[in-house]
Amino acid sequence: MTTLLLVALGGAVGAVLRYGIDRGVRHARGSAFPWGTFTVNVVGSFLLALLVGGAATFDGLGSPGSRALLVVGLCGALTTFSTFGQDTVRLYTSGARSHAVRYVLVTILGGIAAAALGFGSTVALAYL
Amino acid sequence: MSKAVLAHRSRVLAAVALGGALGSTLRYGVSLALPHADGGTVWPTLTVNVLGCFVIGAFTVLLAETERHHLLRPFLGVGVLGGFTTFSGYLADAGGLLATGQPLYAALYLPLTVLLALPAVVCGAALAGGLRTRSRRAPGTATGGES
Repeated sequence: MTTLLLVALGGAVGAVLRYGIDRGVRHARGSAFPWGTFTVNVVGSFLLALLVGGAATFDGLGSPGSRALLVVGLCGALTTFSTFGQDTVRLYTSGARSHAVRYVLVTILGGIAAAALGFGSTVALAYL
Repeated sequence: MSKAVLAHRSRVLAAVALGGALGSTLRYGVSLALPHADGGTVWPTLTVNVLGCFVIGAFTVLLAETERHHLLRPFLGVGVLGGFTTFSGYLADAGGLLATGQPLYAALYLPLTVLLALPAVVCGAALAGGLRTRSRRAPGTATGGES
């Protein structure tokens, strides 16, 4: 039950952060390319890798409670696949097919790079 | 900022938060309900991401047509579906496959999710479009009207 509440709490915070970041980035860039969703997905992937990598070094992060709150709840809800999919289909059907393909590749490669950076920095920290 | 604008923004944020809590809890429920062997399998995340894409496809078509409540999109689209689906979990799954010595599965899993999720958006939209057309054609329905 506690786990469920922690997931819900993390999810609520993650969703609000995603909404705020998306709006902020969209306002700043003002382009049809979904940079807002790109940003939350890359930042969330970095954060998740940081937490998962950190859990191996710092015991507190690896507890079931902090996993439920931060990994499943916060990072899970900060990032989104539904908006990513919807935006890709929208780009594709509106005629910007190369944009759609580019959006998918940039998001996935950006996410992988961010996750590698997050995980790598915890490994580096462990050796300090 | 006027009081009315502030009240409106608070309501939108509350709808996003509530939806995010609900969507995340549902995602967690799916992860408990689906069988996962030790080391973790990718099925729960694959399921929520494809299902969430299907629903957002349908939802977008239905919302564009109906007299929508201004909190419906923040609650359902941004909150519930955004919280239900996850991009970080998708990459974490691939990382998990990589860490357990299954790089081939990791390399297959990444495009597989995209190749299932994008058609799911289209299928959801097509289904909702079909239902909408049928309900318009059906005699005795008060809504719609244009032919």
